[in-house]
Amino acid sequence: MRIGVLAVQGAFAEHIAALEKLEVEALPVRLPAELLGLDGLVIPGGESTSISRLLSDYDLAGGIKNLAERDLAIMGTCAGMILLARESADPKVKPLGLMDIRVKRNAFGRQIESFEAELAIPALGEKPFPGVFIRAPIIEQASDGVETLCQLDSSTIVAARQERLLAAAFHPELTDDLRFHKYFVDIVNGSKS
Amino acid sequence: METGTWKVKTGLAQMLKGGVIMDVVTPEHAKIAEEAGACAVMALERVPADIRAAGGVARMADPTVIEAIMKAVSIPVMAKCRIGHFVEAQALEALGVDYIDESEVLTPADEAYHVWKHDFKVPFVCGCRDLGEALRRIGEGAAMIRTKGEAGTGNIVEAVRHMRAVMDGIRKLVSTPQEELMAKAKEMGAPFALVEELHKSGKLPVVNFAAGGVATPADAALMMQLGADGVFVGSGIFKSSNPEPRAKAIVKATTHYQDPKIIAEVSKKLGEAMPGLDIKQIPSEELLASRGW
Repeated sequence: MRIGVLAVQGAFAEHIAALEKLEVEALPVRLPAELLGLDGLVIPGGESTSISRLLSDYDLAGGIKNLAERDLAIMGTCAGMILLARESADPKVKPLGLMDIRVKRNAFGRQIESFEAELAIPALGEKPFPGVFIRAPIIEQASDGVETLCQLDSSTIVAARQERLLAAAFHPELTDDLRFHKYFVDIVNGSKS
Repeated sequence: METGTWKVKTGLAQMLKGGVIMDVVTPEHAKIAEEAGACAVMALERVPADIRAAGGVARMADPTVIEAIMKAVSIPVMAKCRIGHFVEAQALEALGVDYIDESEVLTPADEAYHVWKHDFKVPFVCGCRDLGEALRRIGEGAAMIRTKGEAGTGNIVEAVRHMRAVMDGIRKLVSTPQEELMAKAKEMGAPFALVEELHKSGKLPVVNFAAGGVATPADAALMMQLGADGVFVGSGIFKSSNPEPRAKAIVKATTHYQDPKIIAEVSKKLGEAMPGLDIKQIPSEELLASRGW
């Protein structure tokens, strides 16, 4: 199995390290040619405006959209979740429009509001998952086809799945808990449909 | 729910990796930087080249300028306080800036002590010239490190010297036997716990950017190839003849730093780079990198 990690800006090295711990071949992706032959793709945290600009270079965005139509599994964390969305409240970011969610950037405020919290994610088992939220977005609205995996309260969805697309507002790549990455690897494998 | 943890402080720096942080002095500059793909901006009253030219005492920027820039963009906004000036840092934290740079570019407020940065919820970035200085700042609570370089010169030579010194320090520490680590910590003037941790992990515990002299896309890529996690560009963009394309080119070069064809392509037709200064022509008392310890 080969999973690409979009490496134009942000915490891509951390995702590569987490996937390698799961004994998955993980490769940085900076140009469209590097998307060939991938079974899955991770869009990491970083600055969504910055990543969005760099995705329009060399039509990397077009390449990702094409592969998503052919069922490429994609996981987006934080900025990556914003880029997966159908709609962003902020016109500065052009999302890829793949997942039926509407997101809000910097939903909790500036850096001094960034926080850690233990999360209940039933899909990962009973043990709480360490949630690291850094200038984090939230999912404001999700369509019927989207399964909520985690919410902080009734109106704040922070992790969701739509078939082969997986999104989190927090940063599993900054923790030692590999369950979220394992969940994605299982989606890539097709064993959790 | 816990805010201001070490994990969220160092974590924001991890999100900035592979990116370019640009000095800006107006909301219009900030918007140009954001549009060009900057991962953060540094809000200032004057860029380092102008601070150098003006002389006198350089202080924290007017909060009005910082707030206007915070309003103008959605990317993280950093601001500088003087070395050791913990009240300027408190004021910046109250304004809600996303990162504080305790910076040698401003005139130091304290020649003996840096700010005790663990007391703050807002994270700090600090400059360094070698590994010992980096570990001293991390020991005080810096959640991100950058080379000092020589700000406002458009000359990359000092940033290269400092990045090489940090990387060389790491390589040497990794191969130093355990029983020599205490002597090594004494020699470096660095906290033993951090020396021991680095000896085991082989890498800095926080993100390390390049700063101080980046003026061209090739400068940015050079620093990335030398091991920087990302790049600060101070005067290099808005002191050049055509800031917008240069900003975009430096962002692209930082992402594609291993691709010489892309570096060559983005370096075309950028107009005049900022005027450069030969470090040897600067009187030693005017060198910014020697501020702090």
